[in-house]
Amino acid sequence: MAKSKELLFDPVVNDNPIALQVLGICSALAVTSSMSVAFVMSLAVIAVTAFSGLFVSVIRSQIPSSIRIIVQMTIIASLVIVVDQILKAFAYEISKQLSVFVGLIITNCIVMGRAEAFAMKNGPVESFIDGIGNGLGYSAILMVVGFIRELFGSGSLFGVEILTKITEGGWYYTNGMMLLPPSAFFIIGFIIWGIRAWKTSQVEVDEFKIAPNSKMKEA
Amino acid sequence: MSSSNESIQKTITVALLLCLVCSVVVSASAVILRPAQAVNEQANMQMNILQAAGLYDPQQTVQEQFELVSTRLVNLETGEYVEGMDPDGYDQRKAAKDPSMNRVLSGEEDIALIKRQAKVAKIYLIESGGQIEKIILPIHGYGLWSTLYGFMALEGDANTVAGLGFYEHAETPGLGGEVDNPNWKAQWTGKQVYDGDAVALRLVKGGADRSDSYGVDGLSGATITSRGVDNLVKFWMSDAGFKPFLDNVKQGQI
Repeated sequence: MAKSKELLFDPVVNDNPIALQVLGICSALAVTSSMSVAFVMSLAVIAVTAFSGLFVSVIRSQIPSSIRIIVQMTIIASLVIVVDQILKAFAYEISKQLSVFVGLIITNCIVMGRAEAFAMKNGPVESFIDGIGNGLGYSAILMVVGFIRELFGSGSLFGVEILTKITEGGWYYTNGMMLLPPSAFFIIGFIIWGIRAWKTSQVEVDEFKIAPNSKMKEA
Repeated sequence: MSSSNESIQKTITVALLLCLVCSVVVSASAVILRPAQAVNEQANMQMNILQAAGLYDPQQTVQEQFELVSTRLVNLETGEYVEGMDPDGYDQRKAAKDPSMNRVLSGEEDIALIKRQAKVAKIYLIESGGQIEKIILPIHGYGLWSTLYGFMALEGDANTVAGLGFYEHAETPGLGGEVDNPNWKAQWTGKQVYDGDAVALRLVKGGADRSDSYGVDGLSGATITSRGVDNLVKFWMSDAGFKPFLDNVKQGQI
């Protein structure tokens, strides 16, 4: 039991796929300009990582190693298509906003990474929990970035107005940069900085020493 | 795991079985969810129609609002209603590809660059007390990268624009994509289509004069998209498009 708790919550802070492993950044930029979209994307990724972990793990002893990557890929791609179909049927508006990014979950390194690194070596239950955990870690970052971007970019959260915008007779002047993808880069950068300042064990050892500049000397 | 997994036979078996299972799962989900998706797509299309006419109210459901709208089929050549065909089952886009239901446009005529045009168009009317209040016409034509599909709504006089909106296109976001900009779309409302018998409605590069009742601002940085929109409006309002029908409406023959 203790182990499954670890599997579930470790990826949220201690071993976060975005903050520590720096995977899945591209979709984090694209879908975080509003929280409701980020939320649905999170659910989709959790579902895909969990079930791909489960299915890869179930058949792991049968997979020939020469085609293991393509087998994982096929399973992931099928799951993503199913998720996409479900979204189109039950959350049409949001699926229009997510457009290609649901399909791009296939190429999200987190899903593939967990299938290859964890599900190929562990049992189905652990792999399923590990998938949910990593999905949660991804979601946590997505929601934080979405919170900051939507609040300062559009003055709202989940589409509900919090700060009244100037265009609607209020006082808040929206920060347009927050609506553009690069802002997510800055925010994720600050989050990584924050987590590593708190958990210093995550700081990587320098691979090389930066040589000191030539010192100024009196002429 | 074991070395027995590495034989060619095993590899092919695993690959085949996996493909079979996955394809069954994917196609089953597509087939089972198809009806729900079709409902969503229809509601989305109805919302586009209402939005083009400037009638959409997010407070109410689309189905409720769409009850005011009646769907009709119009023969473009004669400008008369087509009887004996089910308007809901008719797909104008499919018909445009069907040789028995389309007309191939000659180069000179085809200013909207659509090549083939369905002979019968599906239009939407809002009537009250036997009077036509709004006419919503499907229009499409080529921009810079893509075909723009949209609706143009006219008032009951068949001359004043009530609204315009595109629901499908792939123009450059921020430049040609500004065809979705609400401020730009709002300019169309109240403009006149015909000056006498000729189509006078047009996009003006560099900005239209505010008092010009036929001119709408061109989109800056999107010359080719603007030209495409200009041409497609001209095409669909001309004799090849809806003019025969609109003339019938004006003369009260419909």
